[in-house]
Amino acid sequence: MSAGTERGRFADVSIQEVIGWLLLAVVGLLVLDLVRQVLVGELPLGRLWAFTWNGIVDSLYIGLAAIGLSMTYSILRFANFSHGDLITTGAFTGWTAAYLVGGIGIAELSSRLLLRADGGAQPGAVGMDVVSAPIAIVLGLIVAAALTILVALAIDRLVYRKLRDASGITLLIASVGVALALRYIIALFYTTDTRGVVASSPQWETPAFVPIETINLHEATLVISALSLIVGVHLLLQYTKLGKSMRAMSDNKDLALITGIPTERVIFATWVIGAGLAGVAGYLIVLDRGQVTINLGWFLLLLIFAAVILGGIGSIYGALAGSLVIGLTINLSLVWIPSDLNEIAAFTLMIVVLIFRPDGLFKGVETA
Amino acid sequence: MSERDSRLPEPVSNAHDRLKALPQWQYDLLLIVGVVLATYGGFAVLGLLGGVGINSIVGFFRTVTFYAAVYALVVLALNLHWGYTGLFNIGVAGFMAVGVYTMAFLTAAPDATPAGLGLPIPIGIVGGMIAAGLVGLVAALPALRVRADYFAIVTLGLSEIIRLALLSGSLRSIEVGDTVYGTGGGSGIQYPPVDTIIPWLLERPVIGELGELLFEVGAAVGIQRSVILGGLYTAVLIAFVGLFYLFLSRIANSPYGRVLKAIREDELAAKSLGKNTDRAKIVAFVVGCSLMGLAGMLWMGSRSFVSPDSFMPIITFYIFVALIVGGAGSNTGSVIGGFAFAAFLWEGPRFVRSILNANLNLRSPPTIYDAFVELGSGDLTPLVGYLVGSLDELRFVLVGVVLILLMLWRPEGLLGHRKEIAAATDLSRRPSTPDRVAASDGGEPDE
Amino acid sequence: MSDADSSPTTADSAAGTDSGRRSVDDPILEVEGVVKQFGGITAVDGATFEIERGSITGLIGPNGAGKSTTFNCITGVYEPDEGSVVFDGTDITGRTPNRVATAGLVRTFQIAREFPEMTVLENMMLAPKNQLGESMWRSVAPGTRGAVVEEEERLRERAWEVLEFFEIDHLAEEYAGTLSGGQRKLLELARALLTEPELLLLDEPMAGVNPSLERKLLEHIHELQEQGYTFLLVEHDMDVIMNHTEHVIVMHQGSVLAEGTPEAVKSDEEVIEAYLGGEV
Repeated sequence: MSAGTERGRFADVSIQEVIGWLLLAVVGLLVLDLVRQVLVGELPLGRLWAFTWNGIVDSLYIGLAAIGLSMTYSILRFANFSHGDLITTGAFTGWTAAYLVGGIGIAELSSRLLLRADGGAQPGAVGMDVVSAPIAIVLGLIVAAALTILVALAIDRLVYRKLRDASGITLLIASVGVALALRYIIALFYTTDTRGVVASSPQWETPAFVPIETINLHEATLVISALSLIVGVHLLLQYTKLGKSMRAMSDNKDLALITGIPTERVIFATWVIGAGLAGVAGYLIVLDRGQVTINLGWFLLLLIFAAVILGGIGSIYGALAGSLVIGLTINLSLVWIPSDLNEIAAFTLMIVVLIFRPDGLFKGVETA
Repeated sequence: MSERDSRLPEPVSNAHDRLKALPQWQYDLLLIVGVVLATYGGFAVLGLLGGVGINSIVGFFRTVTFYAAVYALVVLALNLHWGYTGLFNIGVAGFMAVGVYTMAFLTAAPDATPAGLGLPIPIGIVGGMIAAGLVGLVAALPALRVRADYFAIVTLGLSEIIRLALLSGSLRSIEVGDTVYGTGGGSGIQYPPVDTIIPWLLERPVIGELGELLFEVGAAVGIQRSVILGGLYTAVLIAFVGLFYLFLSRIANSPYGRVLKAIREDELAAKSLGKNTDRAKIVAFVVGCSLMGLAGMLWMGSRSFVSPDSFMPIITFYIFVALIVGGAGSNTGSVIGGFAFAAFLWEGPRFVRSILNANLNLRSPPTIYDAFVELGSGDLTPLVGYLVGSLDELRFVLVGVVLILLMLWRPEGLLGHRKEIAAATDLSRRPSTPDRVAASDGGEPDE
Repeated sequence: MSDADSSPTTADSAAGTDSGRRSVDDPILEVEGVVKQFGGITAVDGATFEIERGSITGLIGPNGAGKSTTFNCITGVYEPDEGSVVFDGTDITGRTPNRVATAGLVRTFQIAREFPEMTVLENMMLAPKNQLGESMWRSVAPGTRGAVVEEEERLRERAWEVLEFFEIDHLAEEYAGTLSGGQRKLLELARALLTEPELLLLDEPMAGVNPSLERKLLEHIHELQEQGYTFLLVEHDMDVIMNHTEHVIVMHQGSVLAEGTPEAVKSDEEVIEAYLGGEV
């Protein structure tokens, strides 16, 4: 009996905690090794900083998308495999708007409307950077959010609303269908070609007192936009009635129904926020990378899932923390492993967490 | 029956009754053959009316038959996971990759780059199956404890890890002594194609004579030797479909299959009746993965090299669409689903394109914008031309829409809800036992 | 019985030596000091009781008293944080549900858990323990398939008999999902019987069952008791408890408040208090 109890304690708590401690220990060792490498001079500080900075940038756009995925997962109760293609939708619609406005009088309408599907309207010639065409770029950002929201709401009305009572797996399968249909409808218009749509980023020579010599303005735009949106979502969730309802519903849908929170309104808000952020993420990724392709979101989807899972499904702050972990993992892991293995590191981390700590890495920490 | 035969006014229902009276396997076989023949007949009529040459129609049938067979193989394997046991495995592509790569490594020539072990193809196939099953076992031990949707993400993650590892430069070439082994990275591994087993078989005594006979008949009708060889490989695939079907139907119609079904329906209830569900799930998962590996090797049978691009996650979703079209949980549905996917969703659009090309003088404008501009001036053909030119994209849209519509209207599959009964003996009616009457009014529960 | 502090090792060895020479008088189930917590909430707080062989025992208590959690701790759905469950002299604490069921302790659920897309007969055929054909290879291999089929024919006969006993044989070919609530309860009980259990744990067997079916169910339970089965039922219907059980255990706030004959429990001040308190 005592054996049984002991076993009980071991099985209930320890497996999870052991994996938690193990992960922590691995991270600790890696940090120590990092310090050693820097001290010995194997790893120049500049490179370490570059890896960290790239990790933060990656984690910001992953985080924007992860918020939406986490919200739909907890409120609509399914793993939305079409979330990646909402990112793609944002990238294409937003940049089309930017080209339409920014390229007036410079490029053919057909090239602008189809985002250079015909090879015309060179980004450099159109002046697609934040300094030459700030208004077009900002307008593109807004359109990316707005149109992605519209697309998501239309999909919800056509598909997901009819499946509100269906099982999570039925919705998951339907979302795979949505992902395919949406991506290739985009491809039908824009073609499947990968192409550059952003001019090379202007650099800002910093004043002498700043330790970094130049700042990549496109990256800076990404960071500032993403951080403001994250703060905005935080304020919305903490201080508005709608935000509180959403948190209540992500905790317990039945309870929310009983206590009279208007679920359809909350679902509407979920799509608006989730899809809006996904669209913006897609737009900003293109701003940073310079290229657009129809597989943009689909290829990111699993990384976003990893972030959501690491943070614990349903927790928006967890999703952001998970994004930081994923962003840093795929970049800092380059210190030890070649760059074509870094996603493997991220996915392995995701699987380990899903199996051994299904409530996320930060379980036990109070989250919203 | 003879009584009904005399009732002439109802011949249709009579025929239907007779079909129903057949043993289940005969009925299912007739159903599959019927669907295939009806589809081919429909396409043939459509093609002839549409002005497609008889040669392209036959070519179309050959392609469809090949794909139908390979899809049916993977769909049957997936049906064991998802249809029977309720394991939502979306890492099918990964398990296929393990099978094919293992076989490639075992059978590739020792002096090739990357090098292999140069073993005979059958050993390679067995090795590939074992490897796929082992990877399934390693994945299953921890992963089967998690929720269905987490399980989906774990398996998808695993299949991506496998693909990325095969793609990575780190495993591209590994030197052991003087020989360079490895995955070959993005350019893959060269190995002898599986269908070279056909000429090898034709050199064996009895089979060879039968083959010669076949070639002679073929020559008399005017069919080339290479065409017959290709057809023979498809025939081998169909034979494998039969074997898979037989094997999985035996599982389905057994106490073991019943446990799997109970796990799908309500795992806790099954456990509470004393069933070791963990073991049953692991066995089903490993066997399914191994069959996926085998299906992958047969699929790539006529290729002489394998690369990671063949195992994108999208493949898994094709398989799922095919399974859902046919109806998860039914082996007959799996075969028909594989066929329907190959015929209508995969090759069908190409057939439509050849009809359109034969009848309309289509040209594809460079962008959809130009197509719309010309539509504005009253000419519809450029838009049609553009759409026909973008057939690959349209096909994906079609697959997506079909998946959505199935989930909305018929989540149980096109064939309707086929709740095949899991038992090794007939449960549909009680054998008439003489003491039945005594037992039914008695109330003695156990003797 | 002091639960938390009692030396568990001696209890363990005692149970071990006992098992060799157990008589009919020994309790079939001994639950001792079971504790189960969820987060900060203690659902079961040192529940201790015994079930006599061949009896029908009722387990009652106000909502939230921990009855269902106790059930789940006994049957292995939850692993108790502390305490022990001894079934027929064997310590089954923390065993998985299937091993508990294999030991001969089978349960039904508050809301019947039939397998909806399997026929009633299929549901029944699943239940018998240690079927030959539960091994995949034995079911598939040509040499052994024959034995599996033969066993299936025997099991089918048995399943029909039990269905007839419960008078639901006319539903045999229906899908279980199409049955009414009461019929599902009957099916669950019938299915549990096919596992040849010694002790049946019934979680609210009368909930959602119409009065005539309820009478029938109770008759069946008594008939089965005469054949030597032991029953433990969680039930809310006081009439059922008072008229059909021999022994009643009252739980309150996670532990046993009182136990005894139905009459004794009925007049117990504390029990009345707990119920009145619970209902307000």
